[in-house]
Amino acid sequence: MTDPHFRELRLAGVSRRYGTQHALSNLDLTIKGQEFVALLGPSGCGKSTALNCLAGLLPLSDGSIHLDDKRIDTLPPEQRGFGMVFQNYALFPHMSVRKNIGFGLKMRKVPRAETARRIDEAVRLVQLEEHQHKMPGQLSGGQQQRVAIARAVALHPPVVLMDEPLSNLDAKLRLEMRMEIRRLHQELGLTTIYVTHDQEEALSMADRLVVLRDGFMQQCGTPEEVYDFPANAYVAGFMGYRNLLELDVTGTSGDTLTVRGADLTLTGSNRETVTSGRAVAAIRPEDFVVGVVDGNGVEVTVEIAEYHGRELSVQAVTKTGRRIYFRTGERVAPEDSLTIGVPAHRVLVFRADGADAGVAGEVAAGVAGSLPSDAGVPHPATAAS
Amino acid sequence: MSAATVTGPAPRKVALRHRLAERNIDRTLWLLLPAVAFIVVLFLYPFLYGLQLSFQPEKGGGALANYREFFTDPYLRKTIWTTLGLGLPAALVNVLASVPVAYLMRGRVRGKRALTTILVVPITLGTVLTAQGLVMYAGPTGWLNRVLLKLHIIDTPLTLIHNWTGVFLSLVITGFPFAFLLTLSYISGIDPSLEKAAATLGAGPMQRFRRITMPLLAPGLAITFTLSFVLAFSVFPSAQLVGDPAGSTRVISIAAYDAAFQQFDYSMGSTIAMIMAVIMLIVVGLVMAWRSLLYRGATGGKG
Repeated sequence: MTDPHFRELRLAGVSRRYGTQHALSNLDLTIKGQEFVALLGPSGCGKSTALNCLAGLLPLSDGSIHLDDKRIDTLPPEQRGFGMVFQNYALFPHMSVRKNIGFGLKMRKVPRAETARRIDEAVRLVQLEEHQHKMPGQLSGGQQQRVAIARAVALHPPVVLMDEPLSNLDAKLRLEMRMEIRRLHQELGLTTIYVTHDQEEALSMADRLVVLRDGFMQQCGTPEEVYDFPANAYVAGFMGYRNLLELDVTGTSGDTLTVRGADLTLTGSNRETVTSGRAVAAIRPEDFVVGVVDGNGVEVTVEIAEYHGRELSVQAVTKTGRRIYFRTGERVAPEDSLTIGVPAHRVLVFRADGADAGVAGEVAAGVAGSLPSDAGVPHPATAAS
Repeated sequence: MSAATVTGPAPRKVALRHRLAERNIDRTLWLLLPAVAFIVVLFLYPFLYGLQLSFQPEKGGGALANYREFFTDPYLRKTIWTTLGLGLPAALVNVLASVPVAYLMRGRVRGKRALTTILVVPITLGTVLTAQGLVMYAGPTGWLNRVLLKLHIIDTPLTLIHNWTGVFLSLVITGFPFAFLLTLSYISGIDPSLEKAAATLGAGPMQRFRRITMPLLAPGLAITFTLSFVLAFSVFPSAQLVGDPAGSTRVISIAAYDAAFQQFDYSMGSTIAMIMAVIMLIVVGLVMAWRSLLYRGATGGKG
């Protein structure tokens, strides 16, 4: 499996509209052979649409898809030969595990002996030897998941598409299967396109991430690039659950600039050549420390402190009522007043473009988790869809 | 157990009630009473009464005389084949025709509601109105024949009613919507992502239908066929109104009616009704036996 099956899969201006609604707009993406690419975004961002367009289950409204020099977006799914793992697994309930895995080989009229050998191989790959004669209904969620993966890879497809394959599993199994999928990818060298809304999953598994929002690609890069150097305020908020603080620009010097509000003043690094007016400062909860750093200090009052073992996850409020989420090893308690600081290079300043309210909601839900949500912050789902 | 020693006999009563409740035996069972009473009064009692009546022939000759007479008299015996000859093809056509229509309408289709409504109208109209419509439309001087004659496609009117064809058409018109609605609900219960998965694995439309949809639908079709057949087998009004009740469409229910209400031989009428029930049970039993060979588990869908 060392030789790549193809050089590149190219999406050019891929769009999909439902009536007047744009589910996916003008997606340009080139995926190299054997790459593991994650499409990441909240529900309704167009990531599943993109995957279905790739599989041929949804016709494109615009654009084209090429596999090397061959145009494939005009082919029906059965002629594309991409393997797909569905969110609900979509195992054929009336066929045994072996028959499920061998279905694609049968459709391709692979000789019987070869089919049996390939099924054995796939069964071994996902470690289902003792369950291979069972029906899908007799398997646990994790086992069904393995069958779905084995079925998708048994044909040795050039590309495997995975649509949130782990979202129906419990937390422990999800971690296991994450490793498993990564192992399979390394073992088989299959080009994998993986759709998820879970940034942790995307960061840990993929070679490259594509962040989508409302059908538009926001950023495409390696996990490090996307996590440490987000392209805009939206990606900054989504990746790393950063606090997004809307402030006024008061001065710039080179790559650093100063932003201030009635309650706080921060020096940060300029990410989008902001010069004046409103800006958004994005700060990860774990970058805050207690005390003043680089002249950055914010006076806050603790509202809620969640115990997370090694550290606390804290929701605090500034004197004007702005919510800030941070993590700290210090033992703080509700009603405590303290000053927190953040290194200037950890304060990423972006342009304030319209739709940040939704991003702020994302942050609130991400960090606080079970904390009561602020009535002023729209729910992430409604803001994102 | 410690509670028992403190309060004496009371807990034992509680324990019994508790044990029964675990087997779902509790006071809510009383809610079944009206249904049970309904079945006993309107079905079980008449059925058993008819059964014993059928063994008491009015002309004498032993308990089985009526049954002997039915199977030796060709005029009576033939009604079985006449009825099966109408009921089986009608049920088969209804089920087979409903599959492609339901298959095409399983997803979100524009106008689905309107089409479903139109298809369901014949059920609500009832057999008599359908028969009347059939007479006006397909009769010797009906629209269909007049149009065909005017266009010189035919020279003599087609005889579409007052024969086997008339009853068959009536059974299809009233039976198809019923079969369609059942099939549609079965087909909607199949998870659409199964077909998508099959497509990504290289199965074309025909193979997807043959290997995925059909095997999952077949048990539902068996039920649909059974119910369609039972409806068609007990055909009476249309056999009278648009059929040839003395000849080619003298179905078994007409024979029973004649015996009971023309010749006032209730015993013979009951005998024919019992024979009718047994034939229905045989056909239903055969279809269910076939169904038991199929996969009958979950189909992945929501309903």
